[in-house]
Order: sequence, then C-alpha cells, then structure tokens
Amino acid sequence: MARKLNEINASSMADISFLLLIFFLVTTSMNVSTGLTRRLPPPLPPDQKPQDIDIKKRNIFVVKINSLNQLLVQGEEMNIRDLKEKAKEFVKNEANDVHLPEKFTKEFETLGVVEYTRDHVISVQNDVDTQYQAYIDVQNELVAAYNELRNELSQLKFGKKFDELNETQQNDVQTVYPQKISEAEPKNYGGSN
Amino acid sequence: MAVIRKGEKRGMPALSTSSLPDIIFMLLFFFMAVTTMKEVTYKVKVTPPSATELQKLENKSLVRYIYVGEPTREFREQFGSATRIQLNDQFADVSEIENFITMERTAMKEEDQNVMTVSIKADKDTKMGIITDIKQALRRAYALKINYQASTRQSF
Repeated sequence: MARKLNEINASSMADISFLLLIFFLVTTSMNVSTGLTRRLPPPLPPDQKPQDIDIKKRNIFVVKINSLNQLLVQGEEMNIRDLKEKAKEFVKNEANDVHLPEKFTKEFETLGVVEYTRDHVISVQNDVDTQYQAYIDVQNELVAAYNELRNELSQLKFGKKFDELNETQQNDVQTVYPQKISEAEPKNYGGSN
Repeated sequence: MAVIRKGEKRGMPALSTSSLPDIIFMLLFFFMAVTTMKEVTYKVKVTPPSATELQKLENKSLVRYIYVGEPTREFREQFGSATRIQLNDQFADVSEIENFITMERTAMKEEDQNVMTVSIKADKDTKMGIITDIKQALRRAYALKINYQASTRQSF
C-alpha cells in the first residue's frame, strides 16, 4: 500500500500573499492624472519668420495676460470671472453684430441648417513672467465657454447633454463649436522689463 | 441513537484559515488592476494648478511626462532654488527636451508614435517663460499633443 503523503503546510501562504500585497501597495499609486489637453501648431520651417496670418479683425478674440496676471480682453481690462461669458458671446454672436465674427450657414445631417461663426479664433498671449496658474485659469475658462456652448446646442437640438450624444451628432456639434484657441508665437510684452 | 456526552470540555473549534490566502490574493489582484506604477521619484516640487474642465489622461503607456518646479529640499544646495525641468529621473535643460522626446518616440511601437502625448506637470507658481520655452521645444520635436496637468477644483 502506498504511503499516504503528508499534506504540505499551507499556513504561510497567507503571509506570503500579504507580503506581495504590501509590496504592490507601496510601489504603485492610485491617482489618475487629469489635465487640459491642447494641440500645438506644427513648427515653422527654420528659415521662415513668423508671419501674421491675415485674419479679419472682427474674427479674432485677443486675451492678453500680463506679468501681474491681469487680463486684457479685446483691449479692455477684465476680471477672470467675466471671461467665460465674454468668450461665449463672441463665439456665438447671437445678434449678428458687425463687431463680432462673421456667420456662415451650413446644413448638417443631424442638426439641420445652422448659422455659426466658422472663422473665429481665440488668441491667448502671455508675458514671460505670467504665473502658470493664471494661464491655466484662462485656458480653463475658454474651454468652459466652449463646453457650455456645446451643451446648450445639444440640449436645444437633441434634448441631451453633449456627452450623451452619439458620434455623428458629437462631430457635428464640434464642427459648429470647434475649440479654436491659438497660442501665439512668443513675444515680449511690456510690464516685465 | 443520540449519545449524550457529559463532562467533556467543549471549546470553540479552531477557525479555519485555509481561505485566507485566497482572500489576500483577491485583494492583491484588485490592487494590481486598479493602480499604476509610480512614474518617477520627484526631484522637483510640483503643486499642480487647479481647473474645472479637466479630461482624464488615458493610455498611460503613450504619455511622457515633463516636470517643472523648484528643486526639493535635498537638492537645494546643489541646484539652487530656481525653477528646473526634470525629465525621467534627472534634472535637464530646455535644450535636452527635443532629444528626450525623439528618444522616447523611437522606443515606442510604430503605430503608437504619432499618438504620443506629452504631459507637462508644472508647479502653479512657475513663470510662463519656461513653459513657453518647453512648448517651443516640443513643437520642434513634433510632439504636438500636449496636456497641462491640473487638479480638480470647484468653480471660483
């Protein structure tokens, strides 16, 4: 008769797995990183000087941030709290104001005929000494303005939020309100020298 | 027939711990699944700025990080307290960024190369001058998808 094998003592298994668990707890981190995603313009050829692209004055929305983190929006001083409303007003141009961007009409599959400001550009310019937080605040407010506009349009046309739309609907809403935030070539603005 | 035992001492039966390893293993796998490895050890102090309209960074394997901030206390003597850039585990200069990005990109799989994202993790008190320099370097390196890391806050 075969001798019965002794069972392997498995009581240390728990300790081993505890050790492994603690090792993983220490070496890993749980935080998800979040941020503002941007796309940079492609580099200029080295022999070419930055040139001013011809954009009609009414189509451009200039936000300047100086070294003391103060804002100059379209030539007037402004508090950061008012920037979102101003940007929304500019991008939307509801009353077809001649000083706000030109409107174009286009027919979309899902949205029907929509009038929108196709050629508008928001230009953010900052000083060398601008604080990073102030710059992020401005970017954030501009993104917030676009997000609100997209949600408003989605709510109006489909009765849903932008995130809940299907892909073609989202694409069309994005064409109406693209995020056109341009980061100018760095220049030196007064205030710091 | 029921046997009535009397006089025998009845203690609590020993609690079976044979399922303990399995439970711990389950915990282990849970943590392995939801956490990620630490990126690097910080040599600069970074308190990210706060914002409201944030997007999650997906596909961590496609993200490369650039840290910007003041050196931490143990490096103060060596490097001073001026804002510095950290790439991987080392302090670096703006001029090294282009090289770093190119190296990182060639190390990636071919189909992933043009979806690489560069995440700028900068301290909120950093001056924009250095950030602009980094952005220009990234443009030259054709790393056009960037991300400014920020933490969540409620509106103003």
